[in-house]
Amino acid sequence: MKKTLFDKVWDSHVVKSVPGGPDVLFIDRHMVHEVTSPVAFLGLKNRGIKVLHPERTFATADHNTPTLNQHLPIEDPLSANQLAALERNAKEHGISYWGLGHEKNGIVHVVGPEYGITLPGATIVCGDSHTSTHGAFGAIAFGIGTSEVEMVLASQCIMQPKPKSMRIHIEGEVGNGVTPKDVALYIISKLSTSGATGYFAEYTGPVFENMSMEGRMTVCNLSIEMGARGGMIAPDQTTFHYIKGREFAPQGADWDKAMDYWQTLYTDEGATYDKELILQGSDIEPMITYGTNPGMGVGISKSIPSASESKDSADSYRKSLNYMGFNENEPLLGKKVDYVFLGSCTNGRIEDFRAFTNIVKGRKKADHITAWLVPGSHKVRQAIIDEGLYDILIEAGFELREPGCSACLAMNEDKIPAGKVAVSTSNRNFEGRQGPGARTMLASPTVAAATAVMGVVTDPRTISN
Amino acid sequence: MAYDKFTKLTSTAVPLPIENVDTDQIIPARFLKATERKGFGDNLFRDWRFNQDHTPKADFVLNNETYTGKILVGGKNFGSGSSREHAAWAIYDYGFRCVISSFFADIFKNNCLNIGVLPVQVSEAFLAEIFKTVEANPEAQVTVDLEAQTVALEGSETVESFDINSYKKENMKNGFDDIDYLLNLDDDIATFATQRPF
Ligand code: SF4
Repeated sequence: MKKTLFDKVWDSHVVKSVPGGPDVLFIDRHMVHEVTSPVAFLGLKNRGIKVLHPERTFATADHNTPTLNQHLPIEDPLSANQLAALERNAKEHGISYWGLGHEKNGIVHVVGPEYGITLPGATIVCGDSHTSTHGAFGAIAFGIGTSEVEMVLASQCIMQPKPKSMRIHIEGEVGNGVTPKDVALYIISKLSTSGATGYFAEYTGPVFENMSMEGRMTVCNLSIEMGARGGMIAPDQTTFHYIKGREFAPQGADWDKAMDYWQTLYTDEGATYDKELILQGSDIEPMITYGTNPGMGVGISKSIPSASESKDSADSYRKSLNYMGFNENEPLLGKKVDYVFLGSCTNGRIEDFRAFTNIVKGRKKADHITAWLVPGSHKVRQAIIDEGLYDILIEAGFELREPGCSACLAMNEDKIPAGKVAVSTSNRNFEGRQGPGARTMLASPTVAAATAVMGVVTDPRTISN
Repeated sequence: MAYDKFTKLTSTAVPLPIENVDTDQIIPARFLKATERKGFGDNLFRDWRFNQDHTPKADFVLNNETYTGKILVGGKNFGSGSSREHAAWAIYDYGFRCVISSFFADIFKNNCLNIGVLPVQVSEAFLAEIFKTVEANPEAQVTVDLEAQTVALEGSETVESFDINSYKKENMKNGFDDIDYLLNLDDDIATFATQRPF
């Protein structure tokens, strides 16, 4: 039978299909962080059981961690308590824990790929919806709730009905200055935030084939924002080249064996998807959002659509613009911005910092802009320094923080103040996501950089070096 | 964690006719710092329900005593965004046992089913009728029958059926969770694990 990539990976992990119910799916890699795990560990305790496969479980602290002065004790007692709980639980169950200050610490979806934990053909879960990031390697990766975290800790399996499959194909090429983030925001603007609910997406076509691994991660990361459980891209030489030699990746004879398997991971000619979306690369320009969900994005040169053009009801649409302090039909270029956030598991990798630095090089940060530059991991931070990006950023008036989720969800001190407008490279512009009352415009690192130096929403193509 | 069995629920309903209610609204991230599952109901819809000085916002439905009940009725695409199960906990802890909407986000739906909140998906038309009826008569009873998989609205002819897979239905009816089931599969899982390439 002809199978899609998704079918191949899913079917090879089914331990058992429950009649009239979900599949019992074996999980190869389980990533754990401090926020969604404590209640799951308590559950194990109440049942009197241990983590079944600690060697398949990896814990890092990221959601709560401060991005300044990480060497000092955490001020917020609740955050400190959550980190302490994770450390205790990891120790008790023999799980490797990359806590605050650890050289491998960073955002869960950044460190997984960095250290070769993320592999093609694997099933990967984490109590965080952006687990979809790991799909960039041809893995089935998706976010789960805390009850499911407990399930995986207890049994290394999860009970899931098999999602339907969807292909998102982009023909042709994208124009100059269009980044993977723009591609993703464009797809979401076409599908809306619920257009792929119930589906698992596969991205196909030359645009994705020509993308770097980090670009693919950005795209797959945002799959959840169109409602999809996850998204994946068939592994190829770019993927294998990226993985080879990473600490937790197979080595030697195991590598050869893995490669034999990985080379079978593609959608068979003639296999069918439950749904297909075909888009043209040339239609995509740098994107920015104007509303309170990631589907509310447009090309940066355009105006805010009128209510009648929106997929949402007129009431919801107006509520959203009202929150942002924006009006229908206003142009986006030139809007005054207060904050710029570069970071998160969407755009906190070295390529994102390179792209940002490339634009601000030789320029100065606008005086009224507060910029938070937060690398996704220590490894990224070190690379920023080693490659000389750090000096360029400092010269341009920026500072570099320590890694963590930071203003992506504002659980730590990094909260955008109420009423302020932030251009953010993160993934969600929901009301209050970046702090109570914060107004978020999602965009790529290059749009963020251009905006940071000009002080207003700026098309990077008009100022690029 | 075991939860109350769900068979049939007849209750007044609380209407929240807003689309795309995401889990950051249901429970904002700053309230996710607990290490136990306690007290989340107090912060359900925190920023819609309270001003920054902690006074209640009079115009939000949970602050309006006219509407009470164990059923929350939400607009289309309910529960999108973050996978935080805390959102479902907050709903349960506040006292809701059922959420009705015309469309649910996937992870949120799973989370609800795992903790004993029944997500009931109805048609757009029926959802509009529920909103209209409940807003006109806050005393109107909504009956959700899990065995029959139906929703009925007092004063309406319409009875709609809803989908739930038979495995989850049995779990909800008995208050079971998946872990009990999985722990019984330990031999199968152990064999499977040895065959994984990595
Ligand atoms: S950066 Fe944001 S989306 Fe990514 S894991 Fe952290 S909180 Fe979740």
